[in-house]
Amino acid sequence: MAIAKKAVVWGLFAAGGTLTSFIFPALIALFLLIATGNIPDGLQFEQIHTFAASWLGKACLFIVLFLSVWHAAHRLRVVAHDFGIRKDTLVANAVYSIAAIGTVLAAFYLLTIS
Amino acid sequence: MSRNPYVRPVSTTTWYMRNGRYKVYVMRELTSFLVMFYSFLTLFGLAALAASAERWNDFLASQQNTGMLVFHTLALLYFMFYQTFPWFKLAPKAMPIHLGEKKLPDSFIIIGHYVAWVLVSAFIFWLAGVI
Repeated sequence: MAIAKKAVVWGLFAAGGTLTSFIFPALIALFLLIATGNIPDGLQFEQIHTFAASWLGKACLFIVLFLSVWHAAHRLRVVAHDFGIRKDTLVANAVYSIAAIGTVLAAFYLLTIS
Repeated sequence: MSRNPYVRPVSTTTWYMRNGRYKVYVMRELTSFLVMFYSFLTLFGLAALAASAERWNDFLASQQNTGMLVFHTLALLYFMFYQTFPWFKLAPKAMPIHLGEKKLPDSFIIIGHYVAWVLVSAFIFWLAGVI
């Protein structure tokens, strides 16, 4: 049972790493484009709202945000240890709480959009 | 073996500075800050999107400045070279593909990842109306 649980957690972590590796360069590039003032059509309110209001759009956004925050949280926990912070329980509680808040907020905002 | 082997003292805060590989490892792991940062930036955008068109436009306007432009440029380069590309490089070791007795060459898996990355990025740009 313990092994089965570990496999699920590890699987989600690996999925998060793969997902962020593939998607984040494009995501950062979009923010870069926004920063230049060239807002692409797909990011104009009507279009992005329609996308986020569809179930497919909601699912995509939720999966990306959910896996990203948990993947980052786990790595930040290890980073804290690498930088000499040896209060693992405290760090773990902090980073996983941030991930949990991010997950709940993502679900809440996505469900609000209709 | 000695009963009291000499253990060289290692700094818990600066240990990675001794070795190039360790430095690369720490540089790579620091990208997790970027993952968290951009996840929450996206969440802020989502909050604005859920509120109203006006709030969404305010969010877009708040992102248009030179500071963010410089930050995103550096973040993009840093993320690609320390997260995306190392991840692809590690892929054949993390999930080797066996074809019967033979193993798929590492280069096939790595090139496959780059091709998939270009396609995924193109799809996201297409969705966003960039291309």
